[in-house]
Amino acid sequence: MADEKIDIALTVNGENVTATVPARMHLVDFLRTELELTGSHLGCEHGICGACSVRVDGVVVRGCLMLAAQCDGSNVVTIEGLSDSEEVADLQDRFVERNAMQCGFCTPGMLMTAAELLAKNDELPREQIREFMSGNFCRCTGYHAIIDAIETTMKDRKAGGAR
Amino acid sequence: MNTKGEMTQLDRQHSYVGRNLSRDKAKRAVHGRGRYTDDITLPRTVHAAFVRSPYAHANITTIDVEAAKAHPGVVLVMTGAELKEMCTGPWLGTLSVFETMKTAPQYPMAVERACWQGEPVVMVVAESRAVAEDAAELVEISYEELPVVAHKETALEPGANLVHPDLGDNLAFEKTIDNGDVETAFANADHVLEATFDFGRHTAVSLEPRALLASYEKDTEQLTIYTSSQTPHMIQAIIAKTLGLPEHKCRVVAPFVGGSFGLKIHSFGDEFAATAASMKLGRPVKFIADRLESFLTDIHARENRVNGKLAVSKDGDIQALEIDILSGVGAYSQYPRTSVFEANQILNITGGPYKHAHYKARMRVAYMNKVPTSQYRAVGHPIGNSVGEALVDMAAEKIGMDPMELRRRNIMEDDSYPRMTASGIEVADMSHQACLETLVERMKYDDLCAERDSLRQKGVYRGVGIAAFIKGTAPGPAGYYGAGGAPIASQDAATVKIEPSGNIICAVGVTDQGQGVDTVMQQITAGALGVPPEMVRVIEGDTDATPYGGGTYASRATAIGGEATYQAALALRAELLVLAGALLQAEPDSLDIVNGDVVDSGTENARIPLSELGRIGHFQVAQLPNDIEPQLSHTKRFRLKDALYIFTNGIHGAYVEVDPDTGFITLLDHWVVEDCGRVINPLLADEQVRGGCVQGIGGALYEHCVYDDQAQLLNGSLVDYIVPMASEMPNIDVAHVQTHTGVSELGSKGVGESGTGAAPAVVMNAVNDAISPFGGKVFEQPMTPEVLLKALGKI
Amino acid sequence: MKAPRFKYARPGTLSEAFGLLSDFGEEARILAGGQSLMPTLNMRLSQPEIVIDINRLDELKGISDEGDHIRIGALTRHVEVLESSIVTDKLPLIAEAIPHVAHVAVRNRGTFGGSVALADPAAEMPACALALQGTFVVEGPNGRREIAADDFFHSLYETARAPDEILVEARLPVAQPGEVFAFMELARRKGDFAQAGVACKAVISGDVIESGRLVYFGSELKPTLGAGAMAALEGKSWSDDLAETVAAALDDDLDPMENLHGSAAMKLHLQKVLTKRTLSAAVEKARAV
Repeated sequence: MADEKIDIALTVNGENVTATVPARMHLVDFLRTELELTGSHLGCEHGICGACSVRVDGVVVRGCLMLAAQCDGSNVVTIEGLSDSEEVADLQDRFVERNAMQCGFCTPGMLMTAAELLAKNDELPREQIREFMSGNFCRCTGYHAIIDAIETTMKDRKAGGAR
Repeated sequence: MNTKGEMTQLDRQHSYVGRNLSRDKAKRAVHGRGRYTDDITLPRTVHAAFVRSPYAHANITTIDVEAAKAHPGVVLVMTGAELKEMCTGPWLGTLSVFETMKTAPQYPMAVERACWQGEPVVMVVAESRAVAEDAAELVEISYEELPVVAHKETALEPGANLVHPDLGDNLAFEKTIDNGDVETAFANADHVLEATFDFGRHTAVSLEPRALLASYEKDTEQLTIYTSSQTPHMIQAIIAKTLGLPEHKCRVVAPFVGGSFGLKIHSFGDEFAATAASMKLGRPVKFIADRLESFLTDIHARENRVNGKLAVSKDGDIQALEIDILSGVGAYSQYPRTSVFEANQILNITGGPYKHAHYKARMRVAYMNKVPTSQYRAVGHPIGNSVGEALVDMAAEKIGMDPMELRRRNIMEDDSYPRMTASGIEVADMSHQACLETLVERMKYDDLCAERDSLRQKGVYRGVGIAAFIKGTAPGPAGYYGAGGAPIASQDAATVKIEPSGNIICAVGVTDQGQGVDTVMQQITAGALGVPPEMVRVIEGDTDATPYGGGTYASRATAIGGEATYQAALALRAELLVLAGALLQAEPDSLDIVNGDVVDSGTENARIPLSELGRIGHFQVAQLPNDIEPQLSHTKRFRLKDALYIFTNGIHGAYVEVDPDTGFITLLDHWVVEDCGRVINPLLADEQVRGGCVQGIGGALYEHCVYDDQAQLLNGSLVDYIVPMASEMPNIDVAHVQTHTGVSELGSKGVGESGTGAAPAVVMNAVNDAISPFGGKVFEQPMTPEVLLKALGKI
Repeated sequence: MKAPRFKYARPGTLSEAFGLLSDFGEEARILAGGQSLMPTLNMRLSQPEIVIDINRLDELKGISDEGDHIRIGALTRHVEVLESSIVTDKLPLIAEAIPHVAHVAVRNRGTFGGSVALADPAAEMPACALALQGTFVVEGPNGRREIAADDFFHSLYETARAPDEILVEARLPVAQPGEVFAFMELARRKGDFAQAGVACKAVISGDVIESGRLVYFGSELKPTLGAGAMAALEGKSWSDDLAETVAAALDDDLDPMENLHGSAAMKLHLQKVLTKRTLSAAVEKARAV
């Protein structure tokens, strides 16, 4: 039962995936190297920066803090899947318009977290948007533009704008 | 408008210059489809990990790599001595402009002696990074610890431990400038204000760490490097030189770069080692610095202690300024840009906005057994501006004058240029007055001060801060980067060419790390030519595909690269009008290009589309007269002529609240008004300022590489090294004054560092304003609660 | 930083888990939320032989109202605590504290039991459980035992749980009439480990603090009762003078650790400030009732 190589079967971006993974391999390394889904990034590998944020079983998590092995049976959505589903197409458009990213390295993680914010809230004061996003590090933007883009999307959705 | 007030191509109605065009790379990034160095895979790639010195200073006495070599999956283990054999010579991080500077020779990995905790000693290359790390644990190294230099304050005392005994002492460089008559000015002054300022060492913390994928082809001696660098041509030059490779056979590609901020303009031993491994193996070798090794090897910066003195008359004239800088660098002067730039900039720019005639400054740079330091965003300016602006506030307080009024009285007049600063640098095309008045209006300065005053009565302690600044951008070859001797271009180049389809390619030597350099060049090209931006594609970041350039550093991309682009685009435009004229039997100067069509100027009637010119120029040349040989591609270079830099100016405002019981600081609001000349894309320029401010705030409030007495880094992870996150950062209002620089037709100056350069100064001034009822002052950064509570006398 | 090699197992039952724990002993690490374990593995600070993933043990999940107490299963994610109406209604101290725990992504995986079992000195949940005089249930190969929170936290990362035991659930008494709760912490940034913090349960009538429990976290080796401060306020009327007296008692109650973020003197000072503010807030809440 206890092994260094673990067979897993999971869903990634809606597709069934089976693989044999080293027990020690974290989820994002699995996604990046085995599935070539390079949209999830590694900035620290100790759970602080949020560049690795992905959705597992419906909630945003630090992908570097989950083992691929423990995702057997799970449903994983990466930025690629989130993008293809168009769940936050409006947010992504606002990001581009508002230039809410520069180098883009934090952006997938920001979007995964913001997607959860938007799913859970239809209205939030700006300081609380900042709080929700406070676990995702951005070095380039200083956050102002990111918060603007999320705030605008939220307001547009509440006003009945197209998603 | 150019400096003569003439309308240029860029000012025309259809021009995208001055407008907010979205970035193509953003469209990819937002879908997770950016391609960073670690996203690139080549067949048979192996991975490097390093054994690093656990000691700040130690002789390396024995190295046993047998167990590591035997570990399954390991393909190569290389020691520093073995790497040295592959190098043409050591690195020496000096420039001829710093004549008396001394440094010790350095190899990419430590050979006999490790000089900082984290210095690479042995490289292990294996089938995966995980396996390389497993094998690295099996390397056995015995060290003989040596005396450590851990404090700059004692490093220059006689009898101090030495980083490099052969150098005789720890002094890397010393310089003094003495202009006017500071002694007399201080002796006669009504008031002299003096303080000692301390700035904590910190580092860039780009979210994407340093990354390199080197692929060497043994048969053709061709090397391809994908690397997260701001300066591909410099990497090409130094890799070739250090490893003895033919430079013209080295290709360096910078794909998407996940943040850099000056970190990635430097060369790092572990990256050179990984490249050497690829040469040895004939296979691609990938090295991605992890976060822990980033803290131990990325260049550090900002560690300075500055004594400052300012003389002011009772009427509020700033008369003299004197500073004494002690700069604490690392174990080696960073190759090739040196570790003394920062102190030199502090010396140059402190007090820069003001009219005082008397200025004396001394800089001493001290080696320590710590991570080497070098240029990091705003180089020296955060320190110089903090010192100068704090002294100005102290002067205002002393004479009972409002700090804005004192600045108003002493800043250089907008119509007084060109002129010299007291430090001896020539400045031109500045707008301190316009910026100041704009700031007063935007931050509603008087109302804010009134609100602060009334809240004070209620026991709520808010502070209003101001910080004026100058910023050196876009260096020229007369200084460090030409005369200085470093293999780094301070000219830059652009090739603008028309494709058969009529679309335009613009290849530039400057590079993009997300600030939008490519988009700016796209807008300039489109504006200069008269085509919609979608017709222009910009190529950057590939030494095989771009003209030779310096890359992006010192906020030079738009100022230098943009001018080269503008000139190249104008040259292509001129040729296209000649070709069109030949085909249309019209005079070229009766024609124009608007929205991608050649038109009659005046009526703007379309005559022939660029697509037709492109097709004919490439495939149907016989339609043109024989005395016309279509070139269709124009390369232009640009550099500053005499100036060392294009200096910019601006002013920050800040509103903060300090909890006097806890020492915690809340940033309520932040304003910047700055002058970077012609703004090509206002949104991108604004965002550079915003991001730069927050990065500067990081150093002001949070970031500090904390070392112990054995020069061991105590907080080398993101758990303990804290960076600004969204909750604590203010909204930042940005405005621009646009005084075009006379050095180019484009008229643009640099903007990327204006936020970082003065944000620490303005926050420190605001904090000191907030706590002024309590009598204490804070002159130490980062301004932690501990620092505040001590200043407030609570502990 | 890639984790060292280890084996992985995911038991389906508690007894399978105990079997593995007994086989591997000190060479085993339990993986629950992973928010604290995984960084240590990735940084190679921890090199176990096996990681035992207990995330499938359903008997450790769920929040239920048991009348006089609320049962929080050890595997309850922080986000479930945050979103639970049982917690909001019956455990106001927890409800006030939980938003301070880390960040969204960490709360989605991190567990109540994991936080208690690790007993990080700056963690919020252990301090709250101690303030509420909760009980922890652990189970091992020899069966279950209940441990009062007062007896659970021994020292830095040391609890009463034996290495072959797994924390199963926490039982937290529901708020009684007359009880008020207040929670404050000081952190450099939202979600950071606390520099100083107080979790307070008090019985206040009028302005008189009949009794109060003050638990300090972020400055000591473990969540620590301010015994002298509690004695000083018992039965007293709230006033600025009382606030000073209570705060002064902390000189003996606390022995703060110095760390990168500040000196012991700073931490003691901050705990005094927080004490006054927390008690003031509790008194306000009592008035508002």
